[in-house]
Amino acid sequence: MRALIVDDSRAMRRIVGRILVDAGFEILEAGDGQEALDVLAAQGGDLPVLACVDWNMPVMDGLTFITQVRKQVEWRSITLMMVTTESEQDRIVRALAAGAHEYLIKPFTGDALVEKLDLLGLLPTTVGDHS
Amino acid sequence: MTIGHEAFTFVRELVRAESAIVLEPGKEYLVESRLVPLARQGGHKDVDAFVAELSTRRNPAAMRLVVEALTTNETSWFRDTDPFTALRQTVFPALAKTRSKREIRVWAAACSSGQEPYSILMTAQDTPELSGWKVDMLATDLSLEMLERARKGEYSQLEVNRGLPATTLVRHFERLGLGWRISPALAAQVQFRQLNLMRPFPAMGKFDVIFLRNVLIYFDLATKRDILRRVRQVLAPDGHLFLGAAEMTMGVDDAWERVPAGRSSVYRIREEQRTCVP
Ligand SMILES: C[S@@+](CC[C@H](N)C(=O)[O-])C[C@H]1O[C@@H](n2cnc3c(N)ncnc32)[C@H](O)[C@@H]1O
Repeated sequence: MRALIVDDSRAMRRIVGRILVDAGFEILEAGDGQEALDVLAAQGGDLPVLACVDWNMPVMDGLTFITQVRKQVEWRSITLMMVTTESEQDRIVRALAAGAHEYLIKPFTGDALVEKLDLLGLLPTTVGDHS
Repeated sequence: MTIGHEAFTFVRELVRAESAIVLEPGKEYLVESRLVPLARQGGHKDVDAFVAELSTRRNPAAMRLVVEALTTNETSWFRDTDPFTALRQTVFPALAKTRSKREIRVWAAACSSGQEPYSILMTAQDTPELSGWKVDMLATDLSLEMLERARKGEYSQLEVNRGLPATTLVRHFERLGLGWRISPALAAQVQFRQLNLMRPFPAMGKFDVIFLRNVLIYFDLATKRDILRRVRQVLAPDGHLFLGAAEMTMGVDDAWERVPAGRSSVYRIREEQRTCVP
C-alpha cells in the first residue's frame, strides 16, 4: 500500500512518513497541492490508497487539492485525510464537505494517526481481540 | 531513589482496601512516580516522608488522593471500536424489538473521564432502530476527579484526536479555547455519580446494557467474582454486559455465557440462571 504525503514542511513529511512506514505503507511526497496533483497524474492506474494533506501550503492549498481530487472519477478510491493545525470547527466541516474522510489536528501523537488509519480501515494488521 | 518497603506496603494495603486494585511487588516505581507530585504539593522531602506522615495522621482527603493517583484512568473514544459496532448493529436493535416503553437503561460502571458513556450515547443516536427512544444513562466511577472531568465534558485536542471520527467531532462537540466541549444536549443525558464497585451497589434498578470495561483487570479473583455476581442482580435477565478485551467471566463467574456480537462479544446471564439470581 502506498500513501501520498502533501505538506510544505519537509520535517512534517518526515514525521508523518515514519509513522506510515511503520504502519506498512510506502511513501510518496509532494510539497504543495499542485505538485501532489502532478504526482497522482504520474501514477497512472497505480494510485496510492491514502493522501495525508496539510491545509496551508504555497501554490495550491490542501482544501483546493481535495476539491480537485474529488472532481476526478478515476481518483475516487483515494482516501483523503487532512493533517493540519487548522482546528476551527467550520474548517473541519468545510474539509469534510469538500470530500476529506478524516481530519487530524496537529500536534498529534503517532498513536492518534494510527487510530485514524484504523477508523478508515487502512491498517493491514488490526490488533485486538476479535475471537 | 524509589519508595521504601514500608511505605510501599502501606500504600499497597490502602489502595487494596479502598479500590481492590492490587499493586504487585515490582510496582514500586509506579507508586513512586504517581505519588511524587502529591509529596511535593505537601512540602515533603520525598515520597517516603509523605507516606510516613499519611500512615500516622490518616487524613482521609490525602488518602483519597493517593488512591486516585494510583488508579489508572486510561480511556478513549469508542475504545476498541468493535464493542460499539456491536451495540449499534446487534445489541441496540435487539433491545428495540423487546422493550415496549421505548426506553433503555445503560450503566457505564467505570466511566473514567467520560469518553465511554458519551461514546455509548453517540452510538445510540446513530442506531436507526432507537430513533425517538430515550436512553437513560448512568455513569459511575470511584474517582471524584474523573467524574468532575466527565461532567464538565471538556477535552484537549490530543484527547479528541484519539479514536473520534472527524464527523462525530464536529457533530457532538463545540470548540472551547484550545480544546473541545461535548454538546450540552449530550451531557444532559448522562447522570454521573460516584460508585465504588467493591461496595454493595445502591438501589438503582435494572439495566439493559452494562459496560464494565478495563476495570476488573485490576482486581483479584475473589473481588472479580463478587462484582460479577452483583452485576447480575442489576442487569435485566435478557441484558447485555460488555467487558474489556482482556477480561472474561470464564472461571470467574460461570453464570455468564459469552455470546459473539459482530467482531466483538457480549456476556449474557445463562438461561438457567435468569430466574434464580442468588
Ligand atoms: C482503565 S479505566 C477504564 C475506563 C473505561 N471503562 C474504558 O474502558 O475505557 C479504569 C477506571 O476504573 C476506575 N476504578 C478503579 N477502581 C474502581 C472501583 N473500585 N470502583 C469503581 N471504579 C473504579 C478508575 O477510577 C478508572 O477510571
